[in-house]
Amino acid sequence: MDYPLLLGIFPQVLLDGIILGFMYALIALGYTMVYGVLEFINFAHSEIFIVGAFVGVEILLSLRSAGVLDTLPWPLVLLFVLVAGMAISGALAVTVERIAYRPLRTAPRLIPLISAIGVSFFLQDLIRLVESIWRNAFNLVYPTMDQLNYRFELTETIDVPVKSLVVIAAALAMLWVLHVIVNRTTIGTAIRAVAEDQAAASLMGIDVNRIISLTFLIGGAMGGAAGVLFGVQYGLINPYSGFIPGLKAFTAAVLGGIGNIPGAMLGGLVLGLLEAFAASYLSLLTAGAFGAEYKDIFAFSILILILIFRPKGLLGEVVRGRA
Amino acid sequence: MLRVDSLDVAYGEIRALKGVGLEVGRGEIVTILGNNGAGKTTTLKTISGLLRPLRGTITLEADPLVGVPPHEIVRRGVAHVPEGRRIFNRLTVRENLMMGAYRRTDGGIAADLERVFTLFPRLKERRTQVAGTLSGGEQQMLAIARALMANPRLLLLDEPSMGLAPVLVEQIFHAIADINGQGMTILLVEQNAAMALSIAHRGYVLETGSVALAGTAAELSGNADVRRAYLGE
Repeated sequence: MDYPLLLGIFPQVLLDGIILGFMYALIALGYTMVYGVLEFINFAHSEIFIVGAFVGVEILLSLRSAGVLDTLPWPLVLLFVLVAGMAISGALAVTVERIAYRPLRTAPRLIPLISAIGVSFFLQDLIRLVESIWRNAFNLVYPTMDQLNYRFELTETIDVPVKSLVVIAAALAMLWVLHVIVNRTTIGTAIRAVAEDQAAASLMGIDVNRIISLTFLIGGAMGGAAGVLFGVQYGLINPYSGFIPGLKAFTAAVLGGIGNIPGAMLGGLVLGLLEAFAASYLSLLTAGAFGAEYKDIFAFSILILILIFRPKGLLGEVVRGRA
Repeated sequence: MLRVDSLDVAYGEIRALKGVGLEVGRGEIVTILGNNGAGKTTTLKTISGLLRPLRGTITLEADPLVGVPPHEIVRRGVAHVPEGRRIFNRLTVRENLMMGAYRRTDGGIAADLERVFTLFPRLKERRTQVAGTLSGGEQQMLAIARALMANPRLLLLDEPSMGLAPVLVEQIFHAIADINGQGMTILLVEQNAAMALSIAHRGYVLETGSVALAGTAAELSGNADVRRAYLGE
């Protein structure tokens, strides 16, 4: 076995895993926060996420055709794209809740779930329709920005592109802001109160519907940010590319303990790292018997094992008793 | 202060309240007695807006409350300590109390926090603790304190003695009498009729969704039917 090679690629794989993990973590937050307040899986969240990516690509393509993409300062461009993606995805998530979920709030639990799956398909094809009319194409490529593709060479085999650092920094910043909002502000405490007991929260004077809308807004905005970062990092997007990352982020949320915010972050990181290591090391360690295409089998087998021994997820609630 | 008139409430097909009427005057403790299923909790839930009546009126100092959502009723001055306490187990004691003051924008929140900590010193000791780890008695104190943080005009208490040891029940009722002594108007639902009548000014007896009897605490305590049915004689 080629040990120097195994060791040599380790930092690179670690970096890939962290990026993927943060991406999953950001998306997973949308699933877990909504589940926290409504005990409902928002299956349209993968499309909320990819809409963010499309908002980003549209702005960048427009800037490029206006000829200003390379003259404007890139951090500013990126910040603007990120904020726009968050705003539109957040607003979309709020709208979807208002139209497709709230009228079904008292219906049997399967009904809103079906509605969410319907919204998911609807949004996929809506994006496809809009882009087909607008650009005559729905597979879009993020315009490259030279400064973002600059690579720091750490060693002969390892280099780190600026964009990866930007993705990690942006994800970290957003997770931190979310943490502060949820744990250190009155409105965040109200979100946690509603998640625990809606009727009691309303007796405190909390407008439960507004808190639910806010939860969709925050979750959607995080998803939109993840969409932009996904586009920046991986480049190619289409209306259906939200599905797989969405499914994996959902898995990450379950892995961390659905409804639990730090759990979603941890679950995302664990799944991202598992996947990256499986993709790079499986074929090396098995002398080619299993290739990188087995990464999901490997990652999800570990996931199943974790859930067998910790059914509530890594950080799932243990104390939930009501005296 | 509070006036309830010919209130009808139903859960689906099941009629829970039939023509309930009651009044609570400023500064009073009024108790509602009755067996399980008599409609005591339903009455409180309807006043605080958690349930919508089929018919009837509820007014708080001439302000109609029927059809107003619960979070708005809190702002108008009614705080409801629900049955089973319903504190937020995963929030700290202090966070629970701050949720009680959620709708307030006045500057009195810090002073009220001190006030409830004086009333229930145990809560001050445990203010950074997660509420789910409190004992039953402490949880009831927290539920009452949380309601007081809304700075209400009227306090609705649903079974504050439920599941508590007698010595704790004494403590809680002592605190309720204290709160009333400071001028709070209280509507108290209670299974423990002896305890309730010992601090109440007036009371109503609910039977299968209707008011069967009303009177001062002394009148009710002296009533032969009440003594037999609710005071265990």
